[in-house]
Amino acid sequence: MSEEPVYVAGAFEHPTREAPESSTMQLHGECAKHALADAGLSKDDVNGYFTSGVPEYEDGKPTLLMADYLGLDVSYMDGTDHGGASYVSHVAHAVSAIRDGRCDVALVTLAGRPRSRNQATGSGSRPLRSMQDSFERIYGVTNIAMYGMAARRHMHEYGTTPEQLAEIRVAASTHAQHNPNALYQDPVTVEDVVESRVVADPLHLLDCCVITDGGGALVLVSEDVREDLERECVEVLGCGEAAGHHQAGRIDITRTAAERSGARAFDEAGIEPADVDYASLYDSFTITVLETIEDLGFCEKGEGGEFVEDGALQAPDGELPFNTDGGGLCSNHPGNRGGMTKMIEAVRQLRGEANEPVQVDADVAIAHATGGSIATRHAAATVVFGREDR
Amino acid sequence: MTPETREFWASAADGDLSLSECQNCGLVYYYPRALCPDCFSDDVTGRSATGEGEVYSYSVTRTISGWPEDDLPLVVAYVELDEGVRMMTNVHADPDDVAVGTRVEVTFVDTEEPDVAIPVFVPVTDGESDG
Ligand SMILES: [Zn+2]
Repeated sequence: MSEEPVYVAGAFEHPTREAPESSTMQLHGECAKHALADAGLSKDDVNGYFTSGVPEYEDGKPTLLMADYLGLDVSYMDGTDHGGASYVSHVAHAVSAIRDGRCDVALVTLAGRPRSRNQATGSGSRPLRSMQDSFERIYGVTNIAMYGMAARRHMHEYGTTPEQLAEIRVAASTHAQHNPNALYQDPVTVEDVVESRVVADPLHLLDCCVITDGGGALVLVSEDVREDLERECVEVLGCGEAAGHHQAGRIDITRTAAERSGARAFDEAGIEPADVDYASLYDSFTITVLETIEDLGFCEKGEGGEFVEDGALQAPDGELPFNTDGGGLCSNHPGNRGGMTKMIEAVRQLRGEANEPVQVDADVAIAHATGGSIATRHAAATVVFGREDR
Repeated sequence: MTPETREFWASAADGDLSLSECQNCGLVYYYPRALCPDCFSDDVTGRSATGEGEVYSYSVTRTISGWPEDDLPLVVAYVELDEGVRMMTNVHADPDDVAVGTRVEVTFVDTEEPDVAIPVFVPVTDGESDG
């Protein structure tokens, strides 16, 4: 590729999982401060800013509210909001903005406090807020029931089993035991998962991600800025985005837009799925991971259940080590939005900063996020990262 | 309800499940929209569905905060209508009587507003099918 390289120079995941005494803006700020320090940069170096929200304040203008709070003087702002996939999209957009010369130090921040604000995702009804809600939410459908429907259809078409879905939680929990910040650090078995309470059948409690307060931030820089930094950086090799939706009534809830976002990212990076050494995969529910593995091309459609058996996802030696921090299933899903933490763990893996027993020998890593619901409409965003000396 | 969807809800109140049909490309679609989502034509008319179809997928919700207890457990489903369109809905039935592929037919739940009813589905019982 003749494109100018763009790098992740700084990354920070907030260690909190419950922050009743902090404001969401404060968490954004703490993440920004530490990610910039990690990069060896200061606030005054930032000229691009990306965020999708301060959940307490629902009147929009999130980038402006946060630029004010943080005291940023920026030439480029992006408030793209499509749920958990927003932050991966922000990285894609930051790469373009840096290549276009519109900024050279881009800060991306996420924060949210659903745990302290009792905002369980997926389990409650909510007011009708969009036109589509009057054809969906009026039926009492919750987020988890939507993913339950996806899992049921996948099982119907491909013979996928609850035990196979459970393997995904088992792998994540095996990794989480090495993460001192993980919300749940105890390894679980397949039996533990399938014997946990059914929340929206066929999904069990342990098929669902955690609800946590917290946040994270990334700093992306141009080649010129990177040359002045001491920090080991990670190169952004490719990005892809896609939207999946009803298709006017032809929706297929066994497939996600990862089919397209992944293909676009792999194409831009010039790699194949087989070249990926480590994968951070969005894990709002176990079925999200299973469909994503298939859609990104790590196995054929319908064979995800077989793929995840026998420890394929377990680090460091599985065929596709995934979510080595414990992921959203066990460690952290700040603000009910997991795209940021997916990218941070991929960056850690490539910088050799993962927790020792789950450190993978990785030159190429991906992070993939799904925002919205795979059973109605969702955004998919994929980013491919590479070690500088790969 | 919006001006764009008023006719859909009013049809339901009259006992009719209305799909949208594009007069330009022939697409039959749901949910209702003024522009055809395949070709952007605005020559779109309502068309009565047969009201029959089969369960494409479903999940049973046993607890849902902010929802009337009497309506639980709730069977949330996608029904694939015989016209080929998949619509999110409820199946009013004992969860044990619902499976992927179960034949269902539409019925309507009245609301407090006279011009609005909500389409839901019930299993087609033996002897009543193809009615
Ligand atoms: Zn058309």
